[in-house]
Amino acid sequence: MPIDIPVMQVNQAVVLTVAELTQLNIDAQDIDSYAADMTKVLAMVAQMQSVDTTGIEPMSNPQDAVQRLRADAVTETNQRDVFQQLAPETDAGFYLVPRVVE
Amino acid sequence: MQDWEVVIGLEIHTQLKTQSKIFSGASTAFGAAPNTQACAIDLGFPGVLPMVNEAVYAKAVAFGLGIGADINLVSVFDRKNYFYPDLPKGYQITQLASPIVVGGSVDIILRDGSSKTIRVTRAHLEEDAGKSMHEDYHGQTGVDLNRAGTPLLEIVSEPELSSAEEAVAYARYIHQLVTYLGVSDGDMSQGSLRCDANVSVRRPGAAALGTRTETKNVNSFRFLERAINFEIERQISVLESGGRIRQETRLYDPDKDETRPMRSKETATDYRYFPEPDLLPIHITAAYIDTIRQQMPELPGAKAQRFIDQYDLSAADALALASSVALADYFETVARVGNDAKLAANWVRVELLGLMNRESLSPSTATLTATPLTAEALGTLIARIKDGTISGKIAKGVFVALWTGAATDTDSYIADQGLTQVSDSSALGAILDTIIANNPQQAEQFRAGKTKLMGFFVGQVMQQTGGKANPQQVSELVNAKLMG
Repeated sequence: MPIDIPVMQVNQAVVLTVAELTQLNIDAQDIDSYAADMTKVLAMVAQMQSVDTTGIEPMSNPQDAVQRLRADAVTETNQRDVFQQLAPETDAGFYLVPRVVE
Repeated sequence: MQDWEVVIGLEIHTQLKTQSKIFSGASTAFGAAPNTQACAIDLGFPGVLPMVNEAVYAKAVAFGLGIGADINLVSVFDRKNYFYPDLPKGYQITQLASPIVVGGSVDIILRDGSSKTIRVTRAHLEEDAGKSMHEDYHGQTGVDLNRAGTPLLEIVSEPELSSAEEAVAYARYIHQLVTYLGVSDGDMSQGSLRCDANVSVRRPGAAALGTRTETKNVNSFRFLERAINFEIERQISVLESGGRIRQETRLYDPDKDETRPMRSKETATDYRYFPEPDLLPIHITAAYIDTIRQQMPELPGAKAQRFIDQYDLSAADALALASSVALADYFETVARVGNDAKLAANWVRVELLGLMNRESLSPSTATLTATPLTAEALGTLIARIKDGTISGKIAKGVFVALWTGAATDTDSYIADQGLTQVSDSSALGAILDTIIANNPQQAEQFRAGKTKLMGFFVGQVMQQTGGKANPQQVSELVNAKLMG
């Protein structure tokens, strides 16, 4: 099938921006291969976008089903000690993280 | 100020009054020890799935009906991605393209008595974040995730508010409505209602809006008014000195009474919204909406009108008494027990609200049930005035005694303190005889037609009986003894 939508070429700058938005540390030596992979992903998306979707209703989920709702009741018990065993650092019940101030 | 037109839009986040969270069965109760109400779903553990709480839909629909909005029969949750330690999943589940409530409007009343209709753009469901504590953790930030996943309804107004006064009137109306409907407990000291104010200014008649700033997380009406006024003056002064307004997020600091910019990142935030893959679209039916409609309580305006029609109250009395469900219920019980709506309205509005106002209390359910001055006790007090057991003057003393807790029961306090009116004619007659004998001059003048002296004789009797005589009965006795 011919692709008639231009494919965005992902360069180093785009990779670095995406890495910052997603808060990922990446190695400089990997940037070019990420750029190539991301360009390929976008090429696939461009191919999908070439499909004529006129008259087709947008969907938010591929499953043809409806969400079930649960009753408003407290069913959870306090398991803080269990969860906090997995945390790097806690104090007086709080999870501790590097200082963030806005 | 007249050279500038102010444009304000409000985003009001109201916590919904549910037992459990929007996507998990953890409790939403306020004030628990940190992280004791944060379960695996709230913490964003791998492999967990959100489960939508039906009650949040019931409350959102009730709010939508309360403002005459359209209710979307199909609504969809979306994922809003951002990084902050109090959001453990790395995204907030919210509604972007298909919110539950669309449109609607509210009428606000301003200080000059005029009214204005403010349109609501939308109201959508989302989850609250946790709380970050920046002090006391040795240079680290402490995170409490009890609030994470608490259901929120974010109510977004059109940018149609033109002053801080209008913004506060609008926010107060929304607060009253969500409290009335039981959608939220409305407790602002616990963060149940928080406002973000989008403010911009422009020259009158300008086609485009000015650049706006967003002042976030204002949690009292007083601060909202101050934050908006500060921002209006700041923007005007920047523009009038030739500067430009930067589109930015600001925080209001009540201690300094100013807004200041939050630290802005070099890279613009990109929330990368997409439909929440862990949740299917939510379908509700017209029948479900009808069920909610039938369960809706009487709204403030309708209640005030009923008070006018049913109890023959003045508009001012009716509006004041219908201002909160707790106060309205209290008044109606007083009126029923005391069997006199007008007297009940007067006592509740003048005496009770006056007293609460002096003590800086609001007429909430909590304050109205924390005193021995229950609606039943006040109703009984009114009944005792009506049946002549006590005078109105004595009643005020009993009222205060009930409020302070010196009295716990109206009737037993009246009996124990011997406050019953002296209505025994012979006893009152004997007291009056002595007064007449001791004041022959006044008695003579009264006989000669100086009837203004009635007040003197009644006053003397009241003084000698400690206020327990029935003034009308005394004046009849004075007439009988001196004129008869």
